[in-house]
Amino acid sequence: MLEIKGLHAEAGGREILKGVDLKVKKGETAVLFGPNGSGKSTLLAAIMGYSHCKVTAGSILFDGTDITHLPVDERARMGIGMMMQRPPNVMGVKLGDLVRAAAGGDDVGIKAAADFRLERMLDRDVNVGFSGGEIKRSEILQLTAQSPRFVLLDEPESGVDLESIDLIGTKVKDLLYRRTNCGRRTDGCQAVSALVITHTGQILDYIGADVGYIMQEGAIRCSGRPTDLLNDIREKGYRDCISCRMVVPS
Amino acid sequence: MKHVEKALTKKAAHGPDVDITKYEMGPGSMDAIDDLGKAPRDLAEKMGEVGVVTDEGARDGSLLIVNNAVGHCSLRVSDGMELMPLDRALEKYDGLKDHMWKLVEPDKDKFTATAYTEKATGYFIRIKEGHHIKNPIQTCMMIGKDRSIQNLHNIIVVEKGASCEIITGCATGNQAGDSLHIGISEFYVKEGGSLTYSMIHSWGSGTVVRPRTGVKLEKNARFTNNYVILHPVGTMQSAPVVHLDGEGASCRLNTVCLAHKGSDVDTGGTVYLNAPDTSAEIISRSITKGGRMVARGRLVGNVEKVRAHLECRSIVLDDGGVTLAIPELETKVADVEMTHEAAVGKVERDKVEYLMSRGLTEEQAVGMIIRGFLVGGIRGLPEELERDIDEAIEQANLGD
Ligand SMILES: Nc1ncnc2c1ncn2[C@@H]1O[C@H](COP(=O)(O)OP(=O)(O)OP(=O)(O)O)[C@@H](O)[C@H]1O
Ligand SMILES: [Mg+2]
Repeated sequence: MLEIKGLHAEAGGREILKGVDLKVKKGETAVLFGPNGSGKSTLLAAIMGYSHCKVTAGSILFDGTDITHLPVDERARMGIGMMMQRPPNVMGVKLGDLVRAAAGGDDVGIKAAADFRLERMLDRDVNVGFSGGEIKRSEILQLTAQSPRFVLLDEPESGVDLESIDLIGTKVKDLLYRRTNCGRRTDGCQAVSALVITHTGQILDYIGADVGYIMQEGAIRCSGRPTDLLNDIREKGYRDCISCRMVVPS
Repeated sequence: MKHVEKALTKKAAHGPDVDITKYEMGPGSMDAIDDLGKAPRDLAEKMGEVGVVTDEGARDGSLLIVNNAVGHCSLRVSDGMELMPLDRALEKYDGLKDHMWKLVEPDKDKFTATAYTEKATGYFIRIKEGHHIKNPIQTCMMIGKDRSIQNLHNIIVVEKGASCEIITGCATGNQAGDSLHIGISEFYVKEGGSLTYSMIHSWGSGTVVRPRTGVKLEKNARFTNNYVILHPVGTMQSAPVVHLDGEGASCRLNTVCLAHKGSDVDTGGTVYLNAPDTSAEIISRSITKGGRMVARGRLVGNVEKVRAHLECRSIVLDDGGVTLAIPELETKVADVEMTHEAAVGKVERDKVEYLMSRGLTEEQAVGMIIRGFLVGGIRGLPEELERDIDEAIEQANLGD
């Protein structure tokens, strides 16, 4: 479904992605590990098409279409949705209005707000003064309203308290398995594909993952079973883990 | 009188100078319109553009001035308020002339001097002591003749403990784009009274607009001024002066402006905080789309224990325009809290793309951000004004 080939990209005038190769198949959940500053969020920005990340070489294919240079909104309309690690404050724009717009004018997202414990946040300006956990819940609510076919999740569980992790985990699961919030369940096998960044792996307790990648210094250095990778990282740390495996996907 | 005549050629402190002699006084009479719902179509359309409704049910009073004639005046509530042409009020109330030219100096500049020396038309609104007028009172100022002067003088008195909301729509007819609007306004809000005054403009692209407003607030009185300019205008220069004379009085001056290509807009306000525990807020939000926008604000703290804040924020959409924010704070006493903030910038790309990542087109995203910028953060804006602002933003094609 998503295929990234030899991707090089710059941010802030510096090359951050130095030849990334990565594949996510239809219905598959891929997880991306990597030390701070290795370029994970930048890769997601490149996939979504954010202009602060400038692709200089390589390509991004989505459903076989080259989307490397498409504008953000076209990618969104093709079915890509993203939860940012640090979304911007949008002063004067109410969360409720954005949630409604994300659903194409429909009220489904608004009605679901209470399930996300966000019913009292709908009148607030998007992200302005939101707590860390509120930002995560609001991002997932927006994605739920948007209902993408492919989701990019940048550390969905980081900074979230233990109780809220359960809420977030469940909601992300619903998002990936297309369970609507009114309890109606659409076809279970029509799973949404996902590329998920996590440091702790906590989110994987809820959604599982089919394949894992480790990014280091702007390239994918290793791939394998997510649980194996996570164990290796835990035991040996990123440096040793990578030197041990040294599997660079072609 | 002599010194006023001398001022007939006196340049205004701000805004481009204008040769008044190229205009002649607009017509002073017209056929009365008994029912605004039956107003001629072009007139009704223009009224709609500036928030004046022809279904008078939603208004507790309506008054229409076309050129220099009062064409309609009606009241839905007879209790607690008066609304009438100014000349009638001057006949009825001997003391009213003492309210004239008290808050605006006739020799301030050529515009005030013209209003003073020529016969002016206008309205008188009085809200009687302790009365709260439920629905807004609407007034509409229309210019219908090219190369003409509309010369107005309006007086509002909100008595002790009374309150009301006034919505004023200003517009020019399609064939009257090159005209001059002079409007003297003097508002008195007595102890504990409250006045919300909202003005929506839709002038022609060559219209010269020079209002001169003075406001006096007594103890614990409140005044909110909403100034909304979203359509093209030739040159508009406005700077109401508010005197917070009574303890605990407060005012808020809001400006929401879109400066189109060819428009020169110079708005602002001055507030004198003359009594303890008074507070003032001047907030300006503007978008420059190729036009010239000057946002001024001046706060003068004359006694201790006053609070005032001034905020000018501007977004520049197109190159070629000019944006100027001029905040001024002035005080000679120590114990005051006066702050200002000014920011000029562009629509931030990361915010636009964030909204686009939710499936909005670039135009929708920019529109949403600009709407939020213009009306978010401004308190006291009537809901229906927000709707008018939405419409104007839509018409302005801000996404291109
Ligand atoms: N707009 C930018 N301007 C300058 N530097 C940038 C910009 N965006 C990213 N970088 C730099 O690129 C590197 C990779 O950043 P990125 O956010 O992709 O890391 P990450 O892998 O997501 O890290 P973390 O785990 O801490 O979230 C960092 O050194 C970062 O400072
Ligand atoms: Mg990151």
